[in-house]
Amino acid sequence: MSIASTPSTLQHEPTVATHAASAPHHAGFLSTYVFSKDHKVIGLQFLFSTLVWFLIGGLLALAVRWQIAWPWSDVPVLGKLFAQEGGQMAPEFYTMLFTMHATVMIFLVIIPILAGAFGNFLIPLMIGADDMAFPTLNMLSYWFMWPAFIAFGASFFVEGGAASSGWTSYPTLSTNIASSPGGGWGQTLWLLGLTMVGVSSMLGSVNYMTTIILMRAPGMTMFRLPMTIWAMFITAVLQAFALPVLTAAGFMQLADRTLGTGFFSPEGNIVNNWMQATGGGQPLLWQHLFWFYSHPAVYIMILPAMGMVSDILTTFARKPLFGYRPMVYSIAGIAGLGFIVWGHHMFMSGMNPALGITFMVSTMMIALPSAVKTFNWLGTVWGGRIQFTTAMLFALSFVSMFIIGGLSGIFMAATPVDIFIHDTYFIVAHFHYVLFAGTAMGVFAGIYYWFPKMFGRTMNEFWGKVHFFLTFVFMNGTFFTMHILGAVGFPRRLADAYHYETFHHLQPLNAFMTWCAIGMVATQAIFAANFFWSMFFGPVAGRNPWRANTLEWTAPSPPGHGNFDFQPVVHRGPYEYSVPGVEKDHLMQTDPPNATAAALAAAH
Amino acid sequence: MSRISGILWSLLFLAVPVLGVATFAVAPAIDVWLPPDVSAHGAAIDGLFYFILALTGVVFVATEVLLFWFLWKYDAANGSRPATYIHGSHSLEVVWTIIPAATLLFLAIYQMNTWADVKMRRPAMAPSVEVVARQFEWRLRYPGRDGTLGTPDDLFLVNDLHVPVDEDFLVQLKSMDVLHSFFLPNLRIKQDAVPGMKIPVWFKATQTGQFDIVCAELCGWGHYKMKGRVTVESRADFDRWLESQYARQEATQPEADPTAAVARTE
Repeated sequence: MSIASTPSTLQHEPTVATHAASAPHHAGFLSTYVFSKDHKVIGLQFLFSTLVWFLIGGLLALAVRWQIAWPWSDVPVLGKLFAQEGGQMAPEFYTMLFTMHATVMIFLVIIPILAGAFGNFLIPLMIGADDMAFPTLNMLSYWFMWPAFIAFGASFFVEGGAASSGWTSYPTLSTNIASSPGGGWGQTLWLLGLTMVGVSSMLGSVNYMTTIILMRAPGMTMFRLPMTIWAMFITAVLQAFALPVLTAAGFMQLADRTLGTGFFSPEGNIVNNWMQATGGGQPLLWQHLFWFYSHPAVYIMILPAMGMVSDILTTFARKPLFGYRPMVYSIAGIAGLGFIVWGHHMFMSGMNPALGITFMVSTMMIALPSAVKTFNWLGTVWGGRIQFTTAMLFALSFVSMFIIGGLSGIFMAATPVDIFIHDTYFIVAHFHYVLFAGTAMGVFAGIYYWFPKMFGRTMNEFWGKVHFFLTFVFMNGTFFTMHILGAVGFPRRLADAYHYETFHHLQPLNAFMTWCAIGMVATQAIFAANFFWSMFFGPVAGRNPWRANTLEWTAPSPPGHGNFDFQPVVHRGPYEYSVPGVEKDHLMQTDPPNATAAALAAAH
Repeated sequence: MSRISGILWSLLFLAVPVLGVATFAVAPAIDVWLPPDVSAHGAAIDGLFYFILALTGVVFVATEVLLFWFLWKYDAANGSRPATYIHGSHSLEVVWTIIPAATLLFLAIYQMNTWADVKMRRPAMAPSVEVVARQFEWRLRYPGRDGTLGTPDDLFLVNDLHVPVDEDFLVQLKSMDVLHSFFLPNLRIKQDAVPGMKIPVWFKATQTGQFDIVCAELCGWGHYKMKGRVTVESRADFDRWLESQYARQEATQPEADPTAAVARTE
């Protein structure tokens, strides 16, 4: 008989305990849905907030693309809202657009959606805990995002507009208040917003580390953790070690702007007839401090997606993860090496070129763990029984696109080649392949995959696949072409590059990319409609719609307060799919051990 | 799930390497490619670019085609064979760790010399010109007839860099206000200009002609129009041009006062 299926059938029967655990403990609306300390509600708060900012960031990108494709032509819609001189974009407005596009996408979307939304929702569920270690800190980590939302949002409406010195905010453009129109209030708000995002991340980070170390269910050893949790754990470590540096640097820049210090300005630095009161500082100091955080932050922005994709691939390949330990070690390797490669952002900065060589070698070496991960993903797909669900398609596209983003990084790592392609569209192509074609695909995969656990219903598969197909096509149309633009040397951040002889013929290609970008953003309407429709009208999912192994699928969908209606006890790793001799093709982490033994015995 | 959908999805993933390679194959034909190189060191940079392109191209095609093939073959709708129950392979892990590691290490060592040539082995000579970047122009200061920078007969120009062909040319790069980046696409030169720093940049132009100077580091609202031109010309033409500029400056500025010229900001 089917031994393995018995326990999970039992789990599917709602018990009296379920009901008690799901009850909201007589809490009011405010404490249940707004100032909630429940990790799942906080996770969903992060999810909804970041998806709204995702839309804003996408529209900012379209405005940027509009100017690049058709410089100085009237901007539809947005032109009426912001621009001067009719609907035409001013060049300072353009600098503001790309600065805020990157800022919003990095600090208000990618980092909080991975760590805040998925980290919060998944960590306790996947390790078998009833909540985070510090629920109040957890709630604060969400609410500290609001000062940031307000600071970044308000900065569009202050005199002179939002920050316009790039998301990297390099001095002395960023520190000198006369360098941008309007006295640069936007830049000051930007620094305050950044600090608040940092506080939020730090609160999340200590919470995740503590929870993962101390609150795992019985039997859940570190090497039985799903890759998602390993990735979240190492991400939290990265944040804890790197963030203080950015926060300190941010305060120094704030002091330079408001208190008249000169950490980043040399003696007598005059910009636009305004002299920094004190000097003796160094613009490169900011770059070192900024990238000491922001390079590890690049991994903060991809590792959780790698973890989620690993889990999704195994579920829909019905196969154990290929090389679990190498996968864990390579994440740890990326995190470790991630702290000694920041200088590769500074090869052209005036930093000692001999130092550049050491950063070049460490950067070349960090490609190695990424390669190992890619090969293991391929190994996972190999020999599987692949189910082409929407979540799987997004996860597969993560792998396919990460290969491109990973390989294109080698060009920049090679210092002599970087001389030519530094700050061109080649680097823009590279990080969009990693962050959009990579991370955002991982995020979509995660949403389609865990949606049933979040809302108890599954998303529509047909429209999910339409969303995937169009996003995939338009995304490559937008970003792949950036590589060859970069090969021409087409510089980033130029409001109009066509008056250069070298670049004058590139307008048609840019127009093509802009059309693709418009298509890509428009496609997300399908996603939004599917998301909200399915929340209320999608088919009811049940506990384990994908027949997956990890602990969250033993809880009710959606899980009540306290998550589990029984204490999960873990007996094996998370990837026991298609175990020979077991009738059903997966063994959950909670399935009793005699199931495996008996099944293997029966097989012989 | 039907076999057809599995086939179509696999083909979508096959389109990635096919169209990817096609894009790079077509790009040079439609002139969306590396601009002509007119520098002595550029061939080494371009060679390295092509080498990495070939290397990554092979890895790209191989991995993407494998992915396609696995999706095609291991589609659940394709036959009733069970999934392979395997947790990994130690020997495979060793192979695919050591081969990329060796390749990357080779790449790292292979390029060092080019980098050192372009950025570390400065020719032993006095600066040919001082370039001072400011919002939003390139200020140039050539040595006067005495051949020395920093003397009262220095020549001051804006955005119009002249360079003798087939000679080492040493630029002393500074910035007056914010970061800029001195980018000469055809000469394969890029170097940030940093306030408070004096950074040497050198190259040897190998062909005559006129080329762009682009600012490649965000320097404010007018970043896009911080445009200069570099004219590479024969030694004789260069000397003739220099002579005419000396004459022009002496005619308009009998008492050469370089500090006045630099400090005259509006």
